[in-house]
Amino acid sequence: MAVITDFSKNQVGLKNQGKEGFENMTAKNLVFDTKDLNLWYGDDHALKNINLDIYENEVTAIIGPSGCGKSTFIKTLNRMVELIPVVRISGDILYRERNILDKSFKVEDLRTHVGMVFQKPNPFPKSIYDNIAYGPRIHGIKNKKILDEIVEKSLRGAAIWDEVKDRLNENAYGLSGGQQQRLCLARCLAIEPDVILMDEPTSALDPISTLKIEELVQELKKEYSIIIVTHNMQQAARISDKTAFFLNGEVVEYTDTNKIFSTPSDKRTEDYITGRFG
Amino acid sequence: MEKTFGNEEKNLNVQELIAKNKSTVSFGNYVEKLIPKALLLIATISILTTLGIIITLLTETIEFFKDVPFVEFFTGTVLKPLGQNAQFGVLPLLAGTFISSGIAMIVAIPIGLMTAIYLSEYASDKVRRFLKPMLEILAGIPTIVYGFFALTFVTPLLRSFIPALEPTNILSPGIVMGIMIIPMVASLSEDAMSSVPNSMREGALALGATKLEVTWRVVVPAAISGIVASFVLGISRAIGETMIVTIASGSTKNFGFDVTQSMQTMTAYIVEVTGGDAPAGSTLYYSLYAVAMTLFVFTLIMNLIARYISRKFREEY
Repeated sequence: MAVITDFSKNQVGLKNQGKEGFENMTAKNLVFDTKDLNLWYGDDHALKNINLDIYENEVTAIIGPSGCGKSTFIKTLNRMVELIPVVRISGDILYRERNILDKSFKVEDLRTHVGMVFQKPNPFPKSIYDNIAYGPRIHGIKNKKILDEIVEKSLRGAAIWDEVKDRLNENAYGLSGGQQQRLCLARCLAIEPDVILMDEPTSALDPISTLKIEELVQELKKEYSIIIVTHNMQQAARISDKTAFFLNGEVVEYTDTNKIFSTPSDKRTEDYITGRFG
Repeated sequence: MEKTFGNEEKNLNVQELIAKNKSTVSFGNYVEKLIPKALLLIATISILTTLGIIITLLTETIEFFKDVPFVEFFTGTVLKPLGQNAQFGVLPLLAGTFISSGIAMIVAIPIGLMTAIYLSEYASDKVRRFLKPMLEILAGIPTIVYGFFALTFVTPLLRSFIPALEPTNILSPGIVMGIMIIPMVASLSEDAMSSVPNSMREGALALGATKLEVTWRVVVPAAISGIVASFVLGISRAIGETMIVTIASGSTKNFGFDVTQSMQTMTAYIVEVTGGDAPAGSTLYYSLYAVAMTLFVFTLIMNLIARYISRKFREEY
């Protein structure tokens, strides 16, 4: 894992921000580094020259109005975006210094390290236990004892163990929406990824379930790097270390969260976070 | 309050108009009340018909069992309905029916399921738009065409590999019945798999699953009740299939498991006897009903099994 010593590299990623936020970023390791990332859906230019550096053990929030490309962006990081047939991508995405857009990079390997939690809870129509064990099983872990351990650890990690420990063999669809979303998070934790992508994970949840997920994110960033897309600016302000503001497929501003919400350097960012549009 | 629209001279009051119209269409109220009664009557027709068929089957079957003991019928391995010492053992017909249906399902289940998986998970829209109508054409071919296809094409073809194969045999119609059932299994299984939400596939892919792992461990289990239902419907169809076996498997009432031999199924027996001149009231005549009743009971059991299985394995989402 590389410690960033090359300052010029950072400046590419931070060209949209003032110099101020930049010293305290240098100590941490990079997980993702996108370089001139462009993406088209057919003729629609959805991402335009994205240069972002994302650091480990931090929560990076992506905010912006609907259709600004924020979901597209995080789906590009685990290449889920390729499920749409008309997508074209140019540029580089370095994950731990390897270009994931390279033909030789196996997409299954990438997704084993970069997990994802979706907007709507999407458990499998299986038991709670089998939901969590699915990931380890497809990666060849068959030992029942080890699986039991993984299931418990993952469910504890997603703060849902106490609620489900007595009904691990029941169908996951018997859980409430908020519990299902934490189950999906546990399913993601079961293969111990390096990065967790979250695509508006609380938009379908009630305030209490939302709060639980937010607390979890704070807890999880000790071990994982988290990139979260959110519609909710208060949420971004509460839980993230850095925030990127997307608009029309471009990154308008990317800097420390407290800075972007207190003294945004771009007029458009200010208009958005003060609720003048979006 | 009066509401006005546009620049019309007279003020328009919609509520008033509605009230006026309602008073003139009181006839409509009677129709409204009569329709459900009429529909119930029509629905009763099919129920009564079914009941009538079952009652006829039962009464005539009871007549049959006055002549032939119940145990003899179900344990007898010889079916010799004509001549001096007529013997009515149904086992040769059961063997014929289950062997031909078994062969059909050995053909139809794997090919049908693989076709469904291809169509639902792998095929591009363009390929799917071409293949699905092709399958429907296959499903629309009359069974008599399949029958002589089995007799004049498949049997000679098989005989070039298996010289011992008789000109009429149970293997060839079994295979052709399987081909006939493929579209049904494929189409119903494909429907079941296509209705599995995409979010589940995405959930599995995001964990680093390959396409194959997603298909076998998420999509197929989630769709299993529909898939099993398609299998059982296929078996029911094979058990009830008549024309193909009548034409291509001959009329030897053979009790055994040699698929190269001619065998008769329950349905083909009914064709043979009704085609001959069985005098009403004779044991031969009543044997028709006993065989038909047996066929009916087996199909019923099959459907009950299907319901049980699909309920037991249902994965709710």
